[in-house]
Amino acid sequence: MPDADRLRLYGSEFGSRLFIGTARYPSPLALEESIRASECEMVTVSLRREAGGTRSGESFWSFIRNLGVKVLPNTAGCRTAKEAIATAQMAREIFATNWIKLEVIGEEDTLQPDVFGLIEATRALIREGFYVLPYMTDDLVVAEKLLDLGCQALMPWAAPIGSGRGVNNPFALRALRAHFPDTPLIIDAGIGAPSHAVAVMEMGYDAILLNTAISRAGDPVEMARAFSLAIKAGRSAFFAKPMLPRDMAEPSTPIIGRPFDQLS
Amino acid sequence: MMHVRVLGAGVAGLCTAYVLARAGLSVELIERMPQHGAGCSRYAGGMIAPWCELESAEPIVASLGQEALEFWVEELAIATRAGTLVVAPPRQGAELIDFARRTSRFENLDAAALGQLEPQLSGRFETALYYPQEAHLDPRQALNFLARQLEKMPNVTQCYGVDATALAPAQDWTVDCRGFLAKDHLRQLRGVKGEMLILHSDEIALSRPIRMLHPRRPVYIVPRGAGYFMIGATMIENEERARVTARSIVELINSAFAIHPAFAEAEIIETGSDVRPAFRDNLPQLIRRQKTLYINGLYRHGFLLAPALAKRAARVLLEDAFFPEVMNADSREWTSV
Repeated sequence: MPDADRLRLYGSEFGSRLFIGTARYPSPLALEESIRASECEMVTVSLRREAGGTRSGESFWSFIRNLGVKVLPNTAGCRTAKEAIATAQMAREIFATNWIKLEVIGEEDTLQPDVFGLIEATRALIREGFYVLPYMTDDLVVAEKLLDLGCQALMPWAAPIGSGRGVNNPFALRALRAHFPDTPLIIDAGIGAPSHAVAVMEMGYDAILLNTAISRAGDPVEMARAFSLAIKAGRSAFFAKPMLPRDMAEPSTPIIGRPFDQLS
Repeated sequence: MMHVRVLGAGVAGLCTAYVLARAGLSVELIERMPQHGAGCSRYAGGMIAPWCELESAEPIVASLGQEALEFWVEELAIATRAGTLVVAPPRQGAELIDFARRTSRFENLDAAALGQLEPQLSGRFETALYYPQEAHLDPRQALNFLARQLEKMPNVTQCYGVDATALAPAQDWTVDCRGFLAKDHLRQLRGVKGEMLILHSDEIALSRPIRMLHPRRPVYIVPRGAGYFMIGATMIENEERARVTARSIVELINSAFAIHPAFAEAEIIETGSDVRPAFRDNLPQLIRRQKTLYINGLYRHGFLLAPALAKRAARVLLEDAFFPEVMNADSREWTSV
């Protein structure tokens, strides 16, 4: 592993490769303690619902701002490009950041991204100077188009949001990694257990963003710690180049020199 | 006789005034609105469900909540103990398993047992969790009942439409039960918006609260008698008051419809919205500052926690008691002042 294995996104550096969401925790205190235990340096927060009529979500937002980590606002719950663009503009004002995790949801059952709306919103927001982190499926062509528009990182799903299924299509995620070896690729959505996180980090993914797997765990703080360790383990394993599976046993202790061996 | 001024005539204020008056203290209840129960207590679900609440609350909420069962069911006899049913749509089996894992004192019901308990849910759900010891009440009825009890007590004065800040300081103690409005004194308090609605249908008969689990759209239905049902409730980190959004109502009705299709034809009687007062850990606190005791942070558990907190407040006033489960060290220091 390189000495300074730091993640670079839009000119910023991160020591931790875990980003976490701020929804559905038992309490704001549990959220704060989980963030500390996860050692993450950036959290994502949604605006859609909390916005209310008169910016009355202010007390929760100022709580988030005061956590001492970078804030990545998101457009969760937006269903059209137009809605997502308006939410991103509001987020820029509230959190004084041009970073945006862009979600345009296209299908109610799987909360699958509407990739057409995503492309449209990305084009508009990049023109306005936003640093767009697009939540996408694992489609290579969509990835290509997003990069052409100027995205400097991509966020493909592993499985539907909140499903905790782990990697639904390992083939597609490997293909994406192989096609874009130099683009930061962050797995967003679908991770349920630390073992899933290890698996995608071993594939060479750059980082993971997750929410439900921590916030709805029996003990969110302990699970945040577990994910932090898993992501470090997966990252080390990626550099260490895991052995390949074999079809037959290969003794780990050399047998030459043993006086007798069972003949078969 | 010790004179106590109680601020706020929501569930916390009325329970506290009642418990203090029963303990023989002279009580003056001050409410800024023209009548009692004008704040968020009015929109409560009224589920006295300490074990179900373990799903997202700390064990202390369940243990304080058990005192509420005693208060509302035994002492005031205003709550019905018919248990709680928890169900999930067919594809959300994992939610039900998760709920069971986090809670206690339930029975697993199969479709037949569920049908026996709630005939109108027969055939609609394969399995359910049943919490037989839990109860429910109609919050407005319960608040009216408490206010009437207070009227009968010679050692209680109730003053409505009165601004407490304009009054001379209280003689002995002030117990502040103003909920989210106490943010002027308790800066760490935050508001969590909730929306609810009341529907009426003569076609629907349910005997107990039904909770339907869903990762995105959980809902509960509490029968209020005579065909009235309370459907609740959203939880939004937002401090605006009294603004019910179309989206929330559509989601709540949609989920109610999934429990019982006849809700589609029910009449919308009322929609409501208010702000729950909560601290950062979503746990209640008794905060003592000299001769003022604040009861706050009841969050979504007003009716579940108010009786236990009122009883502890009485002992703080009368015996200088200290309750580590709901009081912090600062309050302990104040007791020696």
